[in-house]
Amino acid sequence: MGIVEWATSPWGQSVPIHVSFYLLWVSAIAGLLFLIGHAIWLRFSGPEEYEESARANAAALVPDKVPRHSLAARLFHWIMAAAMLVLLFTAFLPKVGVEFPWVTYHWVAGLVLSASIVFHVVHASFWLDFWSIWPDRADSEDGLRRLRRSLGLSAPPPRRFAKYPLENKMYHGVIVLAGLSVMGTGLLMMFRVRTPFLTRNPYLFGDMTWGWMYFLHGLAGVGLIALIMVHIYFAIRPEKLVITKSMIFGTLDRDYYLSHHDPARWGPEETATEEAAAGD
Amino acid sequence: MAIIRDIMPAFELFQPANTDDALALVAKHGKDAWVMAGGLDTFDWLKDRIKRPKVVVDLSQVKELAGIRPWNGGLEIGAMTTLTDVVRHPVVREKFSILATGAEAAASPQIRNQGTLGGNVSQDARCWYYRGGWNCYRAGGNTCYADTPTAINREHAILNADRCVAVNPSDSAPALIALDAQMVIRSSKGERVLNAEDYFVGPDIDIMHMNVLRPGDLLTAIRIPAAWAGTHFYFEKVRDRNVWDFPLVNVASAAVFSGDRIERIRIAVNGVAARPLRLKQVEDAVTGKPRNEATAQLGGHLAIQGAEPLRYNGYKVPLLRNLVKRAIRGVEEPKWVS
Repeated sequence: MGIVEWATSPWGQSVPIHVSFYLLWVSAIAGLLFLIGHAIWLRFSGPEEYEESARANAAALVPDKVPRHSLAARLFHWIMAAAMLVLLFTAFLPKVGVEFPWVTYHWVAGLVLSASIVFHVVHASFWLDFWSIWPDRADSEDGLRRLRRSLGLSAPPPRRFAKYPLENKMYHGVIVLAGLSVMGTGLLMMFRVRTPFLTRNPYLFGDMTWGWMYFLHGLAGVGLIALIMVHIYFAIRPEKLVITKSMIFGTLDRDYYLSHHDPARWGPEETATEEAAAGD
Repeated sequence: MAIIRDIMPAFELFQPANTDDALALVAKHGKDAWVMAGGLDTFDWLKDRIKRPKVVVDLSQVKELAGIRPWNGGLEIGAMTTLTDVVRHPVVREKFSILATGAEAAASPQIRNQGTLGGNVSQDARCWYYRGGWNCYRAGGNTCYADTPTAINREHAILNADRCVAVNPSDSAPALIALDAQMVIRSSKGERVLNAEDYFVGPDIDIMHMNVLRPGDLLTAIRIPAAWAGTHFYFEKVRDRNVWDFPLVNVASAAVFSGDRIERIRIAVNGVAARPLRLKQVEDAVTGKPRNEATAQLGGHLAIQGAEPLRYNGYKVPLLRNLVKRAIRGVEEPKWVS
């Protein structure tokens, strides 16, 4: 039972045709096991401790509502989320026996997702702090500290987070990989179906290339099942609701900000400006 | 690729004697079971070694699945009733002659002696790429070899194609839809009854099946309600040769006229899509209108809305339009009979 389904092409060549769809169950079960494991771990782990911030005096400059996500970023997130859910449901509900004409919904949602991803890449590159979502050296050091402490080994407390915790950054990296894979292959697969935008051309690539493209599309797709399950799980966990709300309203509560984030690593612009003016 | 051989690959053969045993077998073997009615579609698949089931459940010995019985003023036809028995049945000929005409249009006398009504409506697509064993969408792959710039697709779909462009080849199916028939499906979980038009599925819903039957299901009977008994029927099948051929396009209609007006009408066509199509929009447009050339023109024009011909099947567009016109208006000249 491999992860690739093979067939024989008209020319007698063994070619991949798509991912083995039992993997959707593997992905769903893996996602579920992660949720259960994490919930149990969290139940028995102690409260997180952080190293005292060198800029604790900046607290006085923090407003009640700390801006975290711009309106454009929030719109992108929810449009992408809606498109992603439509894509997952239209892709996999037929595989589990819920039959409906899914193809058109799927490619339309795929185009919405692609457009939103392109917007996000441009927006994040030129209007946001591009590097804020990518792990840096401090994240690695703090991650190692947290790992050692969770295993009962000695290590100093980690620093408070910058704009995004390391887990967030790692999740984003995996989503980027899976998202770009489904997007790139999906856009090319538009040549295989009838749409108003492209002239159908199944001869654009050979059977082998198409086969691997379908495989990659499917593999990233089944992977996204677990990834989205994990994302929704964290979004609705009680202690994370404040972050979810920030994706709706755009701001973090001051208390949450001060207890989890380091103003020295990420602060509201006016805070940073005032600190800079004070020569700190 | 398909190679005709004399010997089929080995499989375990079951010949249940009653419906309950047959249901138990198909439930037990699930996806591994191949349900065989008359065997005319089955043996092609097996001899070509394209389909290799582990188990074949031959229904030929289930006598209760054959025969035609009165039902609520109409008829209940066992799924294993041969096409010849359908054609020759006096009540079918008297009250539901469109079904007799449709069944008689199928294949050859020898095949109709062996082929069943249930098998005729449930038969698989005739697309030669698919039947040749190519890894097309319908076979579980990711390509339609018939929908390429160089494909031979003269017999393929002009309507409702979704990746796969194969067509449904049944002659009795449009007649049953025109008669508002019901399909009785049984499984180990119980019985369900579907309208004939809902029995068939297109590639947009399920690209690997032509009907709703799934492992464990048996089509046990087809019920013809009395509502359209003895009304005005029209059936016409156009094919390349007038014996033993699948339809290029066929049309079936049942209508009630009030004077020169169309009081009610049902029209279905096949050979133009992966499922037989009931032309509801045509029915709605012509109901209440006079039965004349203008109404027929309107119906024919509506029938081809959305048609997307492939390289070699553009002729099906005017063919469909004209057959629908004839089904509405009628024709003076005698129709072909075997």
